[in-house]
Amino acid sequence: MLEGGVTALLRLERVSKVFRTGALGRGELTAVRDVSFDVEPGEIVSLIGESGSGKTTIGRMILRLTRATSGAISFNGADISSFEGRALNAYRGEVQGVFQDPFSSYNPIFTVDHTFGMLRRGYCADLTSPDWKGKLEASITAVSLDPEHVLGKYPHQLSGGQLQRLLIARALLLDIRILVADEIISMLDASTRVDVLNLLGDLKARGLGVVFVTHDLSLGYYISDKAVILRSGVVVESGSAERVFGNPLHAYTRMLLGSVAQLEERWVDDPAPADDREGEARLPPDPPDAVLVEAEPNHFVLQGPV
Amino acid sequence: MAVTDPEYPASVLVPEATAGPVLPGGGPARPAAPRRSGRREALHFAFRNKKLLIGLGTVCFFLLLAIAGPYLTSYSPTATVGPPHAHPSSSFWFGTTTFGQDVFSQFVHGLRATFIVGLLGGSLAALIGMVVGFTAGYRGGIVDEVLTMLTNVVLVIPTLAVLLIVAAYLTVRGVFIEALFIGLTSWPWAARAVRAQTFSLTSREFVDVARLSGIPDRSIILREIAPNMSSYLFMTFILLFGGAVLIAATLDFIGLGPTNGMSLGLMMNNAVLWAALQLGMWWWFLPPGLGIMAIVGGLYVMNVGLDEVFNPKLRDT
Amino acid sequence: MALAVDDLKVYYRTLQGDVRALDGISFGVGDGEIVGLAGESGCGKSTLGKSLVRLDGRMRYVEGHVTLDGEELPVWNTNDMNRFRFKSISLVPQYAMSALNPTRRIGRMIEEVLESKGVSFEGLSPEIERRLELVGLSAEVLGMFPIELSGGMKQRTVLVLSTLLNPSLLVADEITSALDVSTQKAVARALVDFRRRGFVNSMLVITHDLAILHEISDSIVVMYAGRLAEKAPAETLVHSPRHPYTQLLISSLPMMGARFSERRLTGIPGRPPSLLDPPAGCRFRDRCPVAFAKCAEQPPVVEVDSGHQVACWKAA
Repeated sequence: MLEGGVTALLRLERVSKVFRTGALGRGELTAVRDVSFDVEPGEIVSLIGESGSGKTTIGRMILRLTRATSGAISFNGADISSFEGRALNAYRGEVQGVFQDPFSSYNPIFTVDHTFGMLRRGYCADLTSPDWKGKLEASITAVSLDPEHVLGKYPHQLSGGQLQRLLIARALLLDIRILVADEIISMLDASTRVDVLNLLGDLKARGLGVVFVTHDLSLGYYISDKAVILRSGVVVESGSAERVFGNPLHAYTRMLLGSVAQLEERWVDDPAPADDREGEARLPPDPPDAVLVEAEPNHFVLQGPV
Repeated sequence: MAVTDPEYPASVLVPEATAGPVLPGGGPARPAAPRRSGRREALHFAFRNKKLLIGLGTVCFFLLLAIAGPYLTSYSPTATVGPPHAHPSSSFWFGTTTFGQDVFSQFVHGLRATFIVGLLGGSLAALIGMVVGFTAGYRGGIVDEVLTMLTNVVLVIPTLAVLLIVAAYLTVRGVFIEALFIGLTSWPWAARAVRAQTFSLTSREFVDVARLSGIPDRSIILREIAPNMSSYLFMTFILLFGGAVLIAATLDFIGLGPTNGMSLGLMMNNAVLWAALQLGMWWWFLPPGLGIMAIVGGLYVMNVGLDEVFNPKLRDT
Repeated sequence: MALAVDDLKVYYRTLQGDVRALDGISFGVGDGEIVGLAGESGCGKSTLGKSLVRLDGRMRYVEGHVTLDGEELPVWNTNDMNRFRFKSISLVPQYAMSALNPTRRIGRMIEEVLESKGVSFEGLSPEIERRLELVGLSAEVLGMFPIELSGGMKQRTVLVLSTLLNPSLLVADEITSALDVSTQKAVARALVDFRRRGFVNSMLVITHDLAILHEISDSIVVMYAGRLAEKAPAETLVHSPRHPYTQLLISSLPMMGARFSERRLTGIPGRPPSLLDPPAGCRFRDRCPVAFAKCAEQPPVVEVDSGHQVACWKAA
């Protein structure tokens, strides 16, 4: 799904990740296979898949927390696997991440200020104290929180929603271009989820590109411009969100959409299938030589050889 | 993808202050309940924990005796100062040995040596164990496999056999050599314990956040991970200390201890050599034996108490 | 009425005092009914589930009555509840599927549970296998270790085990939360199937996920801060809720079809009150857009329609 633009802000080209398993790493596990997509400024791309789909691994590769085994991830045209030292730090100043568990993302023995403080050493060391304080407070206010209420507190004294917003504020402090959001609201209460989501939408208007990793299709549809559907590490369908959700072509996408519990209508009342393979496993696997085919403008589907 | 329904997260038992609701319109914020830090709560429980108090008290008593004891007695531990086989009396509080040496004086000097060996040996073992454990637990992968292999090899080395050989070559041995030996051979289990804890902490997301902030690995281990396990590290050290004392006593007892100086194990060694049991000279072997038992036992009991203090789930509320 | 809960109050003891997790809740589960219990974290739904079988040592029963099939349950005493647990009332606790002993084969684990209840495993063996097959698991599962099963398979095994003695009431706490979306559907369906086949009489399904409840339950109870906010038949609750909290909650859920660019959803500002020292009156007052003076007084639960109860001055 590579578009016309010569260099997208973030581009993944045939990225794969193979993990070594077993004693002395003799076994292999392919978590991600041949994944490609682009992220433009001001665009939210959802990576949608169930557990084992590889979506979190892709997010971690983008953040350089782990390395791609093959393929290329480029930011502004430069291959990120070559970044080390200062180049890596500069990259981190432009690409940051927020993770799933807000309570695990903070060191429990320090106040939340510590998480911001870690950035100061690396990125704002030459700022004077009042300047740093100003910058800090500005980014916290930008996520609709009151600095007075949240600074100086321990993580367990704040709510999940506040903690997640603070992590976004931390990322914004650096004036980043790309945010990787890995299941950032799945552990939040329903009443606060949509607020954090809306925050992402607002940041999009400022030109931020977001890679939104989720298993929840409704969220993906609500917030994203593009959708990438992953199954066992492989892209099975991708394209603009309207096309993918409005006209799902791959059987897996349809199965996913059909399994979502709805408030609008109830599941069609067919009797429960009597075999031990649930959902995904009931679908035949895609043939190994299947490729992505452009079924309609801005809508790609994985298809086996005809 | 588990959703936590943390109705009562740790903040219930560890005090919390729920900030008032953050209303966009600036509504009334509820005043926060009084806030006590986790540390003060730990101290609160510490003072009430019988095991901790008894264990700590015992160890401190003997420590004081070790520090102050030699000043209380004017006799040298190895000099013949009185009649042999004397029962405890006002001039010789713990009686005398077969050679007329003052047992009390031997006892307090021996206590000193015991504590020094325990401290040095335990600290060395703790240091090695932590370095190996942190590195293996944080890095994982091939580094972890190599370090684990090393740990396992050292673990199964028959330390006694090695010591016998070393003793054969070193005719003069001091307290420091003994501490060194103990330190170099008792670190494996500490390394494994630290490694396991480090693994679990490293998998938490704040370590990823630290990496994303550009913090180097060494800093992450020292400033993010280790402080989180501080109670665990403390308890590990206490156990290593106790273990070192016990090993030293054992080595001294079979004659592989320092070649000069006095220690509790050596006292017991001598007592056995000179048939103190058969001769009914209970004052010669009972003090050092009970002393070792009390110190090591006190340390272990203290540790159990500490575990209860640090781990809310073990407390019987 | 299979289950009748009357003004149940259960608090947690802590260093700072009592946390009033359940502060006087009353509702009923009809014969053969599936009632969904919804609410956000801290609302007391898990506490309610656990207190029905009296499992957590930190809980302190304060007052209230629980009646199952006409007989009062001694929920204040763990030992007295032994007679009822697993046989008349069964709980699938949160994270049950992660709590399976990894060193025991499934069959052995079931055997141990049955033995502890004085039931012979051999006698039930054919029935166990029949039920496993009904939920789509082969009898081979009995010889496997938990690690060999997928999340959905483990959850269904736990469901079969919990309903083995055909309890009158099954309480299921967050049984779909940790599962993939396609498995959630299969497990939720299995639940409904159990009732159809008579393995269980009635069910109380506890979850934060309103959408799943809409799919499988007959009525839904919404809790807030330890109290009941609203109870209504599933369709009514979802399409015409009367309590402001329920209304705001439902409108904050991005269901398929809502797009940020077209219509921006809003959440509910603020947080639930601390249950250590809760405010007097309606607990939703601080966050409620239509709160007025009378809300300083706790609103009673009023039946506004057949089977539809609301605790709100404005809605009644």
